[in-house]
Amino acid sequence: MSDQKVLRILIAKAGLDGHDRGAKIIARALRDAGFEVIYTGLHQTPEMIAEAAVQEDVDAVGLSILSGAHMTLFPAVIEALKRRGADDITVFGGGIIPQDDIPLLKQTGVKEIFTPGVSTQTIVAWIREHVRPRAEVSSDA
Amino acid sequence: MTKQEWLAQKYPKQEERLRRFSTISDMEVAPLYTPEDTNGRDYERDIGFPGEYPFTRGVYPSMYRGKLWTMRQFAGFGTPEDTNRRFKFLLAEGQNGLSTAFDMPVLMGYDADHPRALGEVGREGVAVSTLDDMERLFDGIPLDKVTTSMTVNCTASILLAMYFAVAEKQGVPLHKVGGTIQNDMLKEYIAQKEWICPPEPAVRIVTDMIEFCTKEAPRWHPVSISGYHIREAGSTAVQELAFTLADGIAYVQAAIERGLNVDDFAPRLSFFFNLHNDFFEEIAKLRAARRMWAKIMRERFGAKNPRSWLLRTHAQTAGASLTAQQPLNNIVRVAIQALAGVLGGVQSLHTNSMDETLALPTEQAVMVALRTQQIIAEESGVANIIDPLGGSWAVEALTDRMEKEAFAYINRIDELGGMIRAIEIGYPQKEIADAAYRYQQQLDAGEKVIVGVNKYVVPEEQPIEILKIDPEVERRQVERVRKIKRERNQALVKEKLGRVHAACRNGENLMPVLIDAVKAYCTLGEIADVYRDVFGVYRDPAWL
Repeated sequence: MSDQKVLRILIAKAGLDGHDRGAKIIARALRDAGFEVIYTGLHQTPEMIAEAAVQEDVDAVGLSILSGAHMTLFPAVIEALKRRGADDITVFGGGIIPQDDIPLLKQTGVKEIFTPGVSTQTIVAWIREHVRPRAEVSSDA
Repeated sequence: MTKQEWLAQKYPKQEERLRRFSTISDMEVAPLYTPEDTNGRDYERDIGFPGEYPFTRGVYPSMYRGKLWTMRQFAGFGTPEDTNRRFKFLLAEGQNGLSTAFDMPVLMGYDADHPRALGEVGREGVAVSTLDDMERLFDGIPLDKVTTSMTVNCTASILLAMYFAVAEKQGVPLHKVGGTIQNDMLKEYIAQKEWICPPEPAVRIVTDMIEFCTKEAPRWHPVSISGYHIREAGSTAVQELAFTLADGIAYVQAAIERGLNVDDFAPRLSFFFNLHNDFFEEIAKLRAARRMWAKIMRERFGAKNPRSWLLRTHAQTAGASLTAQQPLNNIVRVAIQALAGVLGGVQSLHTNSMDETLALPTEQAVMVALRTQQIIAEESGVANIIDPLGGSWAVEALTDRMEKEAFAYINRIDELGGMIRAIEIGYPQKEIADAAYRYQQQLDAGEKVIVGVNKYVVPEEQPIEILKIDPEVERRQVERVRKIKRERNQALVKEKLGRVHAACRNGENLMPVLIDAVKAYCTLGEIADVYRDVFGVYRDPAWL
């Protein structure tokens, strides 16, 4: 049954920058690959993103950050998800992120970082392999 | 033999190495261009001499034989003192104009101590919240001796007020202050997406600035109509050309409606284009842009002063074309792009640094980028002949085609009721997103090549040195703005912000009021809050 469920993915633009080319391309590519995709739009705070993830009951959040604030914003999104009891949502991301920062981000709970030049097929394949539908937790209450 | 006959009888189509040949913008190109492709063209009427209408060959008669283009490297990071040092380094290395990058909080109208600025202070540009920061930024740089470009849009009015206030403190009269402020809000809604209020009030503020500069600061360019960001967002070259000129039409229209005489302000409008990888497409784009703007100004707006017809432009090599993989290859890309800019006749040029897909550039990377321009200017010889590609059947045919396709877009935007209306219904945004996605699909399918990314890939790479911004910067800037907020004359601040509020509502020109307000140390964020309060906040439609 859970194998049949179509994965729901939130593509989120954190921070103040307006570079949404990548986010929009990924959102379209994931939709074309058969996922259900929700795109937050620009300039979202970590709280807004976590709230949208819970409201939309997504299985994963893909964060796009090109402003250099990734070391602040990724951990803040993970923290905000945790506070909502939603830390089983897979968080991945992409943007202008130096190699040195990637291990540190993974330690905070980011599952994968895609840097410029990665093909959309690679991201689709990674999601198919690593994102599982969220367990049916008692969220009806 | 005609071209058609040659193609049909002699050209070995079956030997072609690709299924189709197209530019990076996916415009198909013919195997060969001949005099037939420029049939019906009259040299003086359609191409013209440099400095003569319609300016296809260049805006000035002597072009680079008279004066080379301005080499203007965009710089800004960390504290105002950090950027001030980089400015002085660039001036010492032979650069002749300054170009300021501000951080994201400045670009969105937040002070360094605002919660939304967390993690962003000094990261993508220099942090400026008050006049005190602006004074530090230009400390020891006489504002009557350099020209400065400032890349800022929704808060441009505030930053320009600060810059003029610094000039005043240095004893430099406004009529001697020269430079450019980007201040192109329409392309923000289309592409770069940093905004405060909706398009209508945003264009009103732009118009205030055009009006003020026309009267008080005639050496200042109050708006730099920018295609750069449109292209970076994934548009084609034709879309970049069309949407930029359509934005320009909207500003000219607004200023005329304000009661200004077109010939009083049009000579101070300037442009900013992208230089991407496809060499001939870019050259054709710049040549077409000049000819189109001349026609628009003379025929559509009835401008009489020949200087009103000139499209003078800054250009920057394409940031989005650079790769994190094998970053040294970027030096070559930048050189090719910069060469296209020079052959396209630009007035000012920024060459990107090889490390910009990883972080802000290091000093060494910036040096190579600047040297690239100097090599083109002083070693290659290309600057010695004006428009050396003029008369090339291929380049003239591509120029004609860019013009035709871009005018078709402009007509469509006119039919929609102009650019503001087109933006409200998402027309240019959607066209760009479609083009960006199409290009990505071509890349993923290997139909378009990026060396080192989808072809000639190497498994492991040596990381290169990158610039790190010290997290201390944010703490120091937050502390500094809080100190200013504590120590200034609060009653005066309240009064001045009240004046800004009133001017926003009653429609009087905002600039004198803003200059007064920043001198009283009203902050960028406080003034932006007045805009939010009076004009409302724009929301991104967020369609895919």
